[in-house]
Amino acid sequence: MQVLQKSLDYIAENPAQFIGTIQEHLFLVLVPVAMAIVVAVPLGILATRYHWLEKIAVSITNIVQTIPSLAMLAIMIIVGLGLGNKPAMTALFFYSLLPILRNTLIGIKNVDSFLKEAATGMGMTNLQLLLMVELPLALSVIMAGIRTATVICIGTATLAVYIGAGGVGTYIVRGLQLMQNHLLLLGVVPAAVMALLADYLLGKIEYLLIPRGLRAENK
Amino acid sequence: MVKFEQVTKKYGKHQVVKGLNLSVKKGELVTLIGPSGCGKTTTLKMVNRLIEPTSGRIFVNGRDIMEQDPVQLRRSIGYVIQQIGLFPNMTIMQNITVVCKLQGWTREQCMHRAEELLRLVGMDPKLYLDRYPTELSGGQQQRIGVLRALAANPELILMDEPFGALDPITREQLQSELKKLQEQLQKTIIFVTHDMDEALKLADRIVLMKDGRIIQAAEPDEMLRHPADEFVTSFIGKDRLLRSPDEVFVEEVMHTNPVTIESYRGLAEALERMRKRRVDSLMVVDNKGVLAGIITIRVVQSNLTTGGPVSNYLSPPPAAVTVGQTVRQAVHLMAEQGAGYLPVVDEKNRLQGLMTRASLVDILTDVLWPDIKENGEPTAAAGKEEDR
Repeated sequence: MQVLQKSLDYIAENPAQFIGTIQEHLFLVLVPVAMAIVVAVPLGILATRYHWLEKIAVSITNIVQTIPSLAMLAIMIIVGLGLGNKPAMTALFFYSLLPILRNTLIGIKNVDSFLKEAATGMGMTNLQLLLMVELPLALSVIMAGIRTATVICIGTATLAVYIGAGGVGTYIVRGLQLMQNHLLLLGVVPAAVMALLADYLLGKIEYLLIPRGLRAENK
Repeated sequence: MVKFEQVTKKYGKHQVVKGLNLSVKKGELVTLIGPSGCGKTTTLKMVNRLIEPTSGRIFVNGRDIMEQDPVQLRRSIGYVIQQIGLFPNMTIMQNITVVCKLQGWTREQCMHRAEELLRLVGMDPKLYLDRYPTELSGGQQQRIGVLRALAANPELILMDEPFGALDPITREQLQSELKKLQEQLQKTIIFVTHDMDEALKLADRIVLMKDGRIIQAAEPDEMLRHPADEFVTSFIGKDRLLRSPDEVFVEEVMHTNPVTIESYRGLAEALERMRKRRVDSLMVVDNKGVLAGIITIRVVQSNLTTGGPVSNYLSPPPAAVTVGQTVRQAVHLMAEQGAGYLPVVDEKNRLQGLMTRASLVDILTDVLWPDIKENGEPTAAAGKEEDR
């Protein structure tokens, strides 16, 4: 209880710093996730059209995913991105690619083939098939991928402090180095809350994106 | 309307469709039928270029389909598939008018068309327009599937086993509805099925395929009367074939399990059998199965106290027909004798079965003149019940 009190005291004394850190953390996560959406969704769509692209894209993103977070951050420095937010955000961008790409691919591939045939047989162009049938039916799966990516990134971003980026990871590292538990809490609790909140909010959005005819209450 | 000229489809070395020639007239409903793997679905899908022919030419309305934009071609042809394929993310109204939308109709035009079509099949637009496919039963969904194909008013509609996944009752309903729609709207329909009953019911012309070739293309009646070869006969099924009463033999239509009693049995046993099988007379046979006579319930009842074997109370057997005689002969005999039934015996006078009025009604409706079934079914069925 004492620790918690000390944490709250710290926030009361440095409110601007605390809020700034959280904002920075969100910035560190949302920008790479947004960029990953912009890249991975079209890539996933293309991968459903070209088999060779599917193989390449999935293998590369799979490999990226196996690199440990800290190593990934280190690699960013090695490849010459230097220190700070830039290499951190690049690393998080790569981490977000796989879940989004994979879910886009699976979501579209899982649309029943007879629906695609019916659509084509009635005279939809490839683009109309994508926009009127495939994407609406795959949207909730794609959204689930974005949700996973976001949650992973919020956690991983706490490590970014080691390469000089900001975010709530700064409190964790300082807490560890100074053996100050109340500082540690200032990093751990907001990170957990952000992850849960993001998961909840994106879950809501995911639900809203499920076509009305496919929601459970209609079955 | 549609013309196939020497159309062939190969996958690698495997020929699925081999030099197919067929022309479908405007307003005609043609069923493509055959065992699985005969190339019927491939043939159908070549018309809207979901599958492209390897060689040969297909004309729709006189125009070679390979010279047309496939997307425009498909929009001008209705398409119904077995799995129904309504889009679950769209309402019924959006589903029905999806092709209209592709062709740039306004929302009002689409709405109007959807309402009109729903009324055509007796579904209340207010109730259904804003529903989703999952909220409908399978039969209702496929009704919408058919309406979707009709929506943009195509002259030609392709149907790929559209009723194959429905339960038998719903299937019959939808077949009847389709038949009515077809008569009303005069669309040209190519209909793939593997169900001969369905083909017979719907088709103006049946095209029977096997191994990528057309074995016979004929009107249902013609195909039943004159099947081209053994394969056609076996595919149609012997009992559906149309034959004259001179070609059908009594043993094909008789009851093979008539109620009999052996001549040495007692009267009480005779009474018991009559009660059990609910008949008023029994055929009496000797120990070699030879027909000895008949015994009626009146005789049994009045002599029950006296007892003794049934052979003591025989009435002479009625006129019988012999195995190998035709139905025509049996009918004549029946009329001559004024008999309600005829025993059927073999050349040694052994009882083989029984011809009744009911079995005659059966063959009238099933074998000889199936047309009767369509219009006269209720009366025929009622007569049958009485007779039994």
